[in-house]
Amino acid sequence: MLTLASNLGAARSQMAFTLGFHIILASLGVALPAMMLIANYRGLRRDDQDALRLARRWSKAVAVTFAVGAVTGTVLSFEFGLLWPGFTGRFGSVFGVLFAIEGIFFFLEAIFIAVYIFGWKYLSPWAHFWAGVPVVIAGLGGAFSVVAVNSWMNQPQGFSPASGTVTSVDPWKVIFNPAVPYEVPHMILAAYLVTGFLVASIYAVGMLRGRRDRLHRLGLLIPLTVACIATPIQFAVGDTAARAIAHDQPVKFAAMECVQQTSTDVTEYLGGRCTSSGVKGGIGIPGFDSFLVGWSTSTQVTGLDSVPPDDRPPANTMLHWAFDSMVGICSVLILLALWLGIGWWRKRDFPQSRWFLRATAVSGLAAVVALECGWIVTEVGRQPWVVYNMMRTSEAVTQAHGIWVTFGLIVGLYVALGATLIISLRAMSRRWRRDDQELDDVPYGPEAGPAPGPAGTPA
Amino acid sequence: MSEAEAVAGVLLVGATMYAVFGGADFGAGVWSLLAGRGDRGRRPRALIDWAIGPVWEANHVWLIFTLVVLWTGFPTAFESLFSTLFIPLSLAALGIVLRGSGFAFQHTARRARGRAFAVRFFGLASLLTPFFMGTVVGAIAGERVPVGNDAGDLVTSWVNPLSLVLGALFVATGAYLSAVFLVSEARRAATPDLERYFADRALGAALVAGALAVAGLVVLHEDGRFVFDGLKGDALPLVIASLVCGIAVLVLLRRGGRRGVRPLAVGAVVAVIWAWGIAQHPYLLPQVLTIDAAAAPGTTLTSVLIVFGVAVVVVLPALGLLFTLVQRNLVEETERPAQGSSF
Repeated sequence: MLTLASNLGAARSQMAFTLGFHIILASLGVALPAMMLIANYRGLRRDDQDALRLARRWSKAVAVTFAVGAVTGTVLSFEFGLLWPGFTGRFGSVFGVLFAIEGIFFFLEAIFIAVYIFGWKYLSPWAHFWAGVPVVIAGLGGAFSVVAVNSWMNQPQGFSPASGTVTSVDPWKVIFNPAVPYEVPHMILAAYLVTGFLVASIYAVGMLRGRRDRLHRLGLLIPLTVACIATPIQFAVGDTAARAIAHDQPVKFAAMECVQQTSTDVTEYLGGRCTSSGVKGGIGIPGFDSFLVGWSTSTQVTGLDSVPPDDRPPANTMLHWAFDSMVGICSVLILLALWLGIGWWRKRDFPQSRWFLRATAVSGLAAVVALECGWIVTEVGRQPWVVYNMMRTSEAVTQAHGIWVTFGLIVGLYVALGATLIISLRAMSRRWRRDDQELDDVPYGPEAGPAPGPAGTPA
Repeated sequence: MSEAEAVAGVLLVGATMYAVFGGADFGAGVWSLLAGRGDRGRRPRALIDWAIGPVWEANHVWLIFTLVVLWTGFPTAFESLFSTLFIPLSLAALGIVLRGSGFAFQHTARRARGRAFAVRFFGLASLLTPFFMGTVVGAIAGERVPVGNDAGDLVTSWVNPLSLVLGALFVATGAYLSAVFLVSEARRAATPDLERYFADRALGAALVAGALAVAGLVVLHEDGRFVFDGLKGDALPLVIASLVCGIAVLVLLRRGGRRGVRPLAVGAVVAVIWAWGIAQHPYLLPQVLTIDAAAAPGTTLTSVLIVFGVAVVVVLPALGLLFTLVQRNLVEETERPAQGSSF
């Protein structure tokens, strides 16, 4: 029993680690091509060489992050069997179709990214631009399919019987499960928000170091504008999601908010430590939790005591903090968006103060933290279930031994992978800076490289 | 043909595509590793990088596709395979991680030391995935994967003569396909010396793969009687077709012919994979689990077939577009290997 328990712990750790890693790359894979195409479009429409140069550089960043994301994604598809054979064995026929659909989107993404990245030299400018459009659409479709699976794990439906071998499946009910309308947009917006702030923060750091050329200003403005438009929408979607979870998964909501007893007039706590006798420390706003759930302080909020201890999520305080951090970071990012909006409204430009650049410089990391917190809330909050109220995570885990070994190995590998990714992106940016002085990398320009000689002609 | 059998066919299509395209990618990694250090290995490696760059990702999506169809269409088989064969499948995944990251970073690592390191990674990793995938197939053919979560032996299921021979065969086959593809790529890059270089290697790899295939049949006779009898029975025409294609490739390469080598080499591999599929019919796991018993509910099977149909209509033309652009030299990023007459 003890070895099994530790097997479960190792499997959960490995899954959390690999998914937490992949979610950043997946977000970049979904949203970075969009930023790249916005720059590309602007460059073509206004004959803006700086925008084209940005598009070209971002396409190289897309190439590297997509290649690494494809690797970490493949690892996840192996982990469905290596870590959770009980889950795929019983429910693979139910949620699998969504992954099959995702396969099509992933294929299209891989194909058109290759055409776009490798097509700068020889495709005509507008043909090249249009080769990038399917990448953005496929990114959205892929995100829908994958997140819909997670939504289904939170709100399982469309199969029968409820226990034992599944004998009948209704794919439409699986694909459009009740959690899809809030979870899918929440994740897609998160991808755009994280990517936007992350890319903008890199250019903000450059500007703080004195590189205030037009390329840097544009490189900051395009992604920051996208992220700042996404942020307030994300806040509203997230708010809707929280209210839906209070209804759909009341125990998860109770853990997020540290609600011990089911009651009305529940206090909303910011921070604090969750104990069985209530929240210690933190800032309490009486009645506000009930108000957030049902627009009235007399709304009843389900508490953790509604289910036996075995059915409650673990690590209650961490969950609560993850939720508060996510909401807190999003609120602060809205202030940054307002700052940009007011600056733009008054001067048709982003605020030039160093404080604005500093705020933008940290926004990228803050957005990543919020993304991870959100993922923790979704996943840890669903525990002890892998499929909510249907299958326990302990029933899903593999009986094979040695997960601690693979977990240790994969942590080492991914740390090296992450470090190499950051080092090579930095090396790329240093090279670009050198090129800036020589101005030799104008896309679509006649100097962009020699025309291909006919095959067979020695160069 | 039942719906379940159709989905099994889709599974085999995915596996075939991955074996041919993914296998060739891994094979290229083997040649990259064997090309030698310094200047001697630089040009063959440049050709490999140049040829694979644009198509690497698309080739590897086939694996994900195959895994997804397996767990969607035949969830019990997936559960049984991935728990009992935890070790070789973990190592195969390790190979993909190393190979994929080596590929991701080789363009960014411009410094010689970084590149040399990436090459070695890339090369060693290229041995892992095909080898351990081969041991997995050996475990299936040897009837060592019982139904259930970790119901089989974690070690002996894949550490046995049949698995090991098939592992070696998979590595050799990848190297063979890859060398044949690289002959054509060398021609596209207008480097006749590299054309000869890879033609020699294709010939060598073909002989090794052929010898391993014979060894595999001998072991299969002892250890995987059901599949062996199938190969001798219903699947015999495909086995013969594979043999004919393989011999034709040898003769063509020996004579210095180039036309038709690629399709014939692919034909030889595809025929063997389908022969294996037919040989173990009606089983998914020979004598353990039939296709029908493992199959998902009907609506799921229908959905998989519909998705596959959409993929054929949408993905294949796009894939064709990519390969066409590559073949016409309209998409390229890395430098073409320099011209040269000697190594």
